[in-house]
Amino acid sequence: MVILGNILIFIGSLFLALGGLGLIRMPDVYNRLQAGTKATTLGAMSVILGSAFLAPEMLTKAVLLIVFIAMANPVSSSTIGRSAYKGGVPLASRSVRDDWAKEEATE
Amino acid sequence: MTPIIIVSLVLIGLSALLTVIRLLAGPTPFDRLMASDTLTVIATAFLVLFSVISGGTDLYIDVAIVYAVIGFIGVVTIARFLKGGK
Amino acid sequence: MRNWKGTFALLFLLAASWLLIVSSVALVELIAGAVAIVVIVLLTHRSRDLFGGLRLSLKALLFTPIYLMVFLWQLIRSNLDIARRVLTPSLPINPGIVKVQTQLQSPLGKLILANSITLTPGTLTLDIEGSSLYVHWVDVKGTDADAATQSIVAGFERTLMEVVE
Repeated sequence: MVILGNILIFIGSLFLALGGLGLIRMPDVYNRLQAGTKATTLGAMSVILGSAFLAPEMLTKAVLLIVFIAMANPVSSSTIGRSAYKGGVPLASRSVRDDWAKEEATE
Repeated sequence: MTPIIIVSLVLIGLSALLTVIRLLAGPTPFDRLMASDTLTVIATAFLVLFSVISGGTDLYIDVAIVYAVIGFIGVVTIARFLKGGK
Repeated sequence: MRNWKGTFALLFLLAASWLLIVSSVALVELIAGAVAIVVIVLLTHRSRDLFGGLRLSLKALLFTPIYLMVFLWQLIRSNLDIARRVLTPSLPINPGIVKVQTQLQSPLGKLILANSITLTPGTLTLDIEGSSLYVHWVDVKGTDADAATQSIVAGFERTLMEVVE
């Protein structure tokens, strides 16, 4: 249990660090959201689950927190992405396609 | 504290540092908002881990739950406000 | 009661969350939780239609863990994918926004689908309008809308259809 907990914590923090790196490297807000959301969601879930393995008395709260992060994180990043698009933040110059702009132009 | 935990703490610190750089660099308000959202999740994970290594008090995990909830509500509210309109 | 299904789902969700938070069954905790739950249920009576999309059948119960497994697997895959892209020096991304269609009818189904798309490899839901979703895709393949729908939505939709309307 303790070994598994340590492994989960390590993998989780590795993904958190990769998410931070993605935030720096990606060219526009939408790609940063992609890197930020995915990596931190799995990273945080893994760290929390690993911590619960080390201290089993907090398992119930840890499960609740994992469920909350899994539900809330995509919602908040979708909201940020939607607001950014409506707020006029352009896609990165290397983007290849934008169906949404086409849609609004024809309306 | 095992060496693995120490390495993990360093990695979490690194990720928080990179996120803060993005928070300061911007360039749009949405980048900053996204960085602070990411920072909330990182802080939540850190609080839970800290709750374990500080000797198993579940005080910090309560703090983490409340922090995650408030952070989520804050980010959604600010995002809707920044968009302007509705 | 019109949306009894939504009320029931909300009650169950709140009760489960409360029991997980306090992790005890002492009488005083149960009473405090019951009061809080009743207040929340009364305050949110207008937005409870959200849970009306749940299917209540044995098959739905059976497919929920299957869906969660699919979801978890996709989440792990998407993290490996994003890790590979971030760590490659040339940053191999090919981003764009595509419009995809869903056959799910209920708001709850669309919400879960949107969340799942956000956590699958390289895709991020930006907005939902009617039955179409605007998805930011890190690695756009091809120009055909149907092909995009097929590769982004279809995998989840089949399983999710069994759980929500």
